[in-house]
Amino acid sequence: MSAVRSTAVMFRRQVRGTLRKRAYLAVGLAQPVLYLALFGPLLGAFAGQLGANPYTLLVPGLLVQQAVIGSLFVGFGLLRDMQAGVLDAQRVTPASRWALLTGRTLYNVLDAAVQGLILVVLGFAFGMRADALGGVVGFLLALLLTAAFCAAGYGLAVTLKNQQTFGVLVNAISLPVLLLSGVLIPMSVAPGWLQAVSAILPTTHIVTGVRAAFAGDITSTAVLVGLLWTVGVTIAAFMYGGRAFARANR
Amino acid sequence: MIRASHLRKIYPDRSRSSPRSQVVAVDDVSFEVAAGEIVGLLGPNGAGKTTTMQMLTTLTRPTSGRAQVAGYDLATQARYVRAAIGYVSQRGSASDDSTVGEELVDYGLLHGLSPTDAFARGRTLAERYRLDDLWDREVGTLSGGQRRRLDIAMSLVHRPRLVFLDEPTVGLDPASRASLWAHVRELRDTSGVTVLLSTHYLDEADALCDRLLVISGGRLIADGPPAQIKRMMGPDTLTVTVPSETELPDLLAVLTDATGEKPEVSGLEVSVRFAGGTGTLAAVLARIDAAALTTASVELRPPSLDEAFFALTSKEVAA
Repeated sequence: MSAVRSTAVMFRRQVRGTLRKRAYLAVGLAQPVLYLALFGPLLGAFAGQLGANPYTLLVPGLLVQQAVIGSLFVGFGLLRDMQAGVLDAQRVTPASRWALLTGRTLYNVLDAAVQGLILVVLGFAFGMRADALGGVVGFLLALLLTAAFCAAGYGLAVTLKNQQTFGVLVNAISLPVLLLSGVLIPMSVAPGWLQAVSAILPTTHIVTGVRAAFAGDITSTAVLVGLLWTVGVTIAAFMYGGRAFARANR
Repeated sequence: MIRASHLRKIYPDRSRSSPRSQVVAVDDVSFEVAAGEIVGLLGPNGAGKTTTMQMLTTLTRPTSGRAQVAGYDLATQARYVRAAIGYVSQRGSASDDSTVGEELVDYGLLHGLSPTDAFARGRTLAERYRLDDLWDREVGTLSGGQRRRLDIAMSLVHRPRLVFLDEPTVGLDPASRASLWAHVRELRDTSGVTVLLSTHYLDEADALCDRLLVISGGRLIADGPPAQIKRMMGPDTLTVTVPSETELPDLLAVLTDATGEKPEVSGLEVSVRFAGGTGTLAAVLARIDAAALTTASVELRPPSLDEAFFALTSKEVAA
């Protein structure tokens, strides 16, 4: 059984499941609209202080937020499959454990791409200004980050095996990322000590890189640093997720 | 088909505060299963049945010990083992979000069948397991019995030589259980598939299995055909029922004299341990007749598997 075909089977299963859940689809697609419609005007009040179009700052930040927080929560779906015996049934086939992980993750990347595209298109409608090539680079960085955090979310789920513990841990990871990485409001307006703490988080550098790319500075150090962090986080996340998948139940 | 040797599985005990606390789930279990056998892994909840199954299906790595499954080494040839076996976990296999047909085809593809073969095989199994009318139904809408039949069909898409069924009839109504038993027998009789099934239903083990492995506290405490396991309990019981109490004293005297055992009285029933065969039974009946006793019924009953099981497992707990 080729790993590619197993990956494709797993990918198709996830897509099919989502297409059957119309409520999930509607909520997923409505989220970007709500953020732009309800949070954009709030950020607009600080436009002078931020020195940029609020939507040019907000859209890249939301892409990273979706890549980190939205992706970690995919573990809940896996936990449901584990409780229903579905994952064990798949793990007793000759399909590679990596393919089982990658197929699911690729679906999550597609899901994030659709939501992200809606976000970007609506961002333009709300007044965002972005460089076309830089926007593509920033968008791809966010998708790579989505893959990384999905792999990490799946790895955590198979390791913890418990919805409650998983929920607590994911919240414990998400909240600092949301508050300290400058996802919604750039850290440039934060006090010095908070900026110093923020600089410890890889996601801070990734958000800065994605924003710089959207602004058209694709040759800037910020984009390079963001790219290196994203690649590093992705490699680490897949190594962890893959090992956790292979070792589940042991 | 299975050769398990000194399998042992130790888990960290998450219920204890000390990180070094451990639980021995399976302790030095060795057994063999021959091709074409239906073998039951019998034991109470928490006995180690599921852990044993998970080790043999490559889902859990043994802490120590070795096993050959379908001719492959569990530790070094896990992928070949997975290609040769089918597995139905006690929680099920099918996803609520898929249809019956999608599940059968997907598992065929995951087992390496071509799309055409996976579809054809899925259709054949759907027909055999009375799922053909449900091909386009979402799994989440199926009844418990239908789901179980689908789980089994899914485990057979790649024509495995060995199938593991972990408590396959839990939660099923009596009709669905009987139907599933018939399918398991048919699996062996028509396809020559070897079956290792775990259960804590003694009637199921008795009716379905050629041989039983009784497991308690993680240890294998008995291995043999159901009849042999029952015989470990001792002799049969002879129960004679009389129509009135006036017959009881004479009946007690006759049975004590004929068997050398002390009978027990319950209402109008007198029971006595009876080690003799049918020839001796005829002699006992002749003596009852000679004593001019009237009987309402006479029954010679071997020990039930329930009695054997409780005796075996309670001995183990006491030890």
